[in-house]
Amino acid sequence: MLDSKQETEFEILAAEIRLETFRELAELGFGHIGGAMSIADVLAVLYGGVMKIDPENPAWEDRDYFALSKGHAGPAVYAALALRGFFLKEQLKTLNKSGTMLPSHCSRIHTPGIDLTTGSLGQGISTAAGAALASRILGGDNYAYCIIGDGECDEGQIWEAALFAAHQKLDHFILFVDANKLQLDGPVAEICCMGDIGEKFRSFNWHVQTVDGHSVAAIYRAIEAAKAAVGQPSVVVLETIKGKGCALAEEAAAKGQGIHHMLFPDQETNRREIARMEQVVSDLKAKRGSR
Amino acid sequence: MVVRAAENSTVEMRGVYAKTLIDMARSDSRVVALDCDLAAPIGIIGMAKEFPKRLIDCGIMEANMAGVAAGMSARGCIPFTHTFACFQSRKCLDQIFLSAGFADLNVKFVGSDPGILALYNGASHMGLEDMGVLRNVPNLTLLEPSDSVMLENLLRQVKDTYGLFYIRMNRKNATTIYEPATDFTIGKGLELRKGRDVTIFASGIMVEQALRAAELLAAQKIDAQVIDLFTWHPIDRDLIVRSAKETGAVVTAENHRVASGLGAAVASVLLENCPVPMERVGIGDVYGEVGELPYLMEQFHLRAEDIALKAEKAVARKREQFTFFSKF
Repeated sequence: MLDSKQETEFEILAAEIRLETFRELAELGFGHIGGAMSIADVLAVLYGGVMKIDPENPAWEDRDYFALSKGHAGPAVYAALALRGFFLKEQLKTLNKSGTMLPSHCSRIHTPGIDLTTGSLGQGISTAAGAALASRILGGDNYAYCIIGDGECDEGQIWEAALFAAHQKLDHFILFVDANKLQLDGPVAEICCMGDIGEKFRSFNWHVQTVDGHSVAAIYRAIEAAKAAVGQPSVVVLETIKGKGCALAEEAAAKGQGIHHMLFPDQETNRREIARMEQVVSDLKAKRGSR
Repeated sequence: MVVRAAENSTVEMRGVYAKTLIDMARSDSRVVALDCDLAAPIGIIGMAKEFPKRLIDCGIMEANMAGVAAGMSARGCIPFTHTFACFQSRKCLDQIFLSAGFADLNVKFVGSDPGILALYNGASHMGLEDMGVLRNVPNLTLLEPSDSVMLENLLRQVKDTYGLFYIRMNRKNATTIYEPATDFTIGKGLELRKGRDVTIFASGIMVEQALRAAELLAAQKIDAQVIDLFTWHPIDRDLIVRSAKETGAVVTAENHRVASGLGAAVASVLLENCPVPMERVGIGDVYGEVGELPYLMEQFHLRAEDIALKAEKAVARKREQFTFFSKF
């Protein structure tokens, strides 16, 4: 069970992930803000306590494995890794700069803590399923986690992997769909409508849950329920808002502007946004202190 | 030293593939086999008896299989994937490139029925360009074993060598070229026949044709060197340059498109190091078709006679050059 103290810790980490992600992208001047912000809460739950990981030994064989199949949201994972101590926070400033260890899309050979390389949509789900299957064969008790996007579900490989994981009964494979309802060119419903994603996975014989993707408590409970589901892989459809927690992105999205890949031209606006996000973090920390 | 075994002796390659993989699985618990609904045709289906969990028949989903294999290797397994060469290359390029290649993982991809060996499955199933497609993936070692002795030897080396490999493999009967226990070094070609006038580089089913071509050429007083160049990438530059310097004329013979295959690889080495007259035997800018092997060999100009003709041409060009330069 999740106590309120741990819930607040998750919320703080999520707010810090958002803040550091924004800093990374603002430093660079552009980036995939929308899809990075929408997964901050699930990342906070995974990296804040659920996943078996060791920042001192990222290659620990018996760790849990994670694939960000929507690899373009890498900056949010880098923020989580830095906050957990996989590398210095200073490194976040080097995102996408020449010679960086933090490329826009996740790369296992560049970044400590990145288990699987992604960037071509549809691929991370297969590699994560492979990690789960290998753990079972090698006698490990590790979980493999993976985040895909709802737009990414256009890819045929998603459904190959969905069929495969269910047939293999990969009950140590927990998949999240970041259902933020927007893809690069516009609403998912208008580009290539997915219909009911949960129903689709259910028909593939997955254990399916749909939760508020910005509630760390709901996400945590869903992971516990997923672990309790024996003999089938689990998918948690996260109802999310693209750009969530970044006022700039949320306002732009409200005006119908694309926020998949966003420019940050105005330093003053960036500073205001950072100050606002810092306030969110300190308010949450005050909540922790007052308890 | 390498010696050609008794002529006309053939061994079914799939049997050796399955036997070797199962044997390796016994001694190494990390070895797993993945297939895309072709476990029966490749013979690996027998592995399920002894290791039911370690033969993973993915169903007909090649892209997912490549990705799953990449993920399994990240977690410590040594996966051998198999499907037809055409699908292993054309259908999985992006997954092999990113999930496995760029990620620097430890996956062994196997493609069967390469080139015209797809026979009655025809154009759709002919991987005439599998090596060329996969040549674009950095650090992917490309191998084409020429007989069952080499296949077993390479499979064991590949298992014990961390990294990405692609093995294009004749699934059916292959003429035995090598004596048992012959040593092969990945990345190094093997001289099967000494010769002074022209060098023929070949691999796979073309080795036998190259050896026959050398006999045809001998009758015309052309002394052909034959080299089995079973590693297409990284290519054996030293051997190519040394042979070209010694014989002054080169022919490549491949059951593959010349535009992106062995001929292209050898041509690049020669152009940069030792340009000599060179001719290429292989498949041109065409699609495959159904047929029996002798018909296809003739139709796509892959017979010993075709190699001999190209060798004669290369030798003639060398002599023309010599005559031309000797005027000055």
